[in-house]
Amino acid sequence: MKREETFVYVTYIATTPDRVWQALTEGELTRQYWKHENVSDWSPGSTWQHVADNAERTVRLVGNVVESVPNKRLVLTWGDAAEATDTTKHSRVTIDIETVDDMVRLTVTHDDLKPASDMLRKITNGWPRVLSSLKSFLETGKPLNTWA
Amino acid sequence: MKDNEKVFKALADPSRRKLIDRLHERSGQTLTELCEGLDMTRQAVTQHLALLQDANLVTVKWRGREKLHYFNAVPIHDIYERWIRKFETQRLTALHEFKQKLEKENGK
Repeated sequence: MKREETFVYVTYIATTPDRVWQALTEGELTRQYWKHENVSDWSPGSTWQHVADNAERTVRLVGNVVESVPNKRLVLTWGDAAEATDTTKHSRVTIDIETVDDMVRLTVTHDDLKPASDMLRKITNGWPRVLSSLKSFLETGKPLNTWA
Repeated sequence: MKDNEKVFKALADPSRRKLIDRLHERSGQTLTELCEGLDMTRQAVTQHLALLQDANLVTVKWRGREKLHYFNAVPIHDIYERWIRKFETQRLTALHEFKQKLEKENGK
């Protein structure tokens, strides 16, 4: 059996860990650079949703909060909203926030991805755009126009 | 050196581009796996990987005693946003104007 795939994305952002945490967990902020709101109370065991910034407020992704250490580490399960109940198809995202010199090193590790799955294709397109846009948003106040 | 300059420098070498291609094909490889079938010494691969890591194009994670190398696409995306996208937009606008001009000439 082919082993499940892991992708690792790293970006350095000239900001502070608490601002990165806020930008990832507050819907009002995620909406600005990601066009979606991440919605949860971010306690371990709670659910989270990735909700489109449209009139219908379409839920695109769902999952559970596995681990949550504010300003440091967030571990989520990650599933397509259409496959919300089929957890065998869910993958896992680990977000690590560390201070390196006067920068923040943000690492997104996405694992348990099924080889050649639709989700794998989406996230390999998605994460570099999200992280570039987040970096621009936090450093300049302006997100990238990457979803136009 | 600024981040982007490191990325451009890292990408300027064909051996390093080859390593990126191999990690893009399959992310998460050991040094031994990466060296397989390559016309490079293990030492040369190690040096290239260090430079790629310094440019943030490669990230290392340990899985037990295995040191796995992952390709990180974010710096290349940053360059795309900064250096490629805006020129694409201009080209698309030019194409759009050309189309309108032709359609006007055809009396549409």
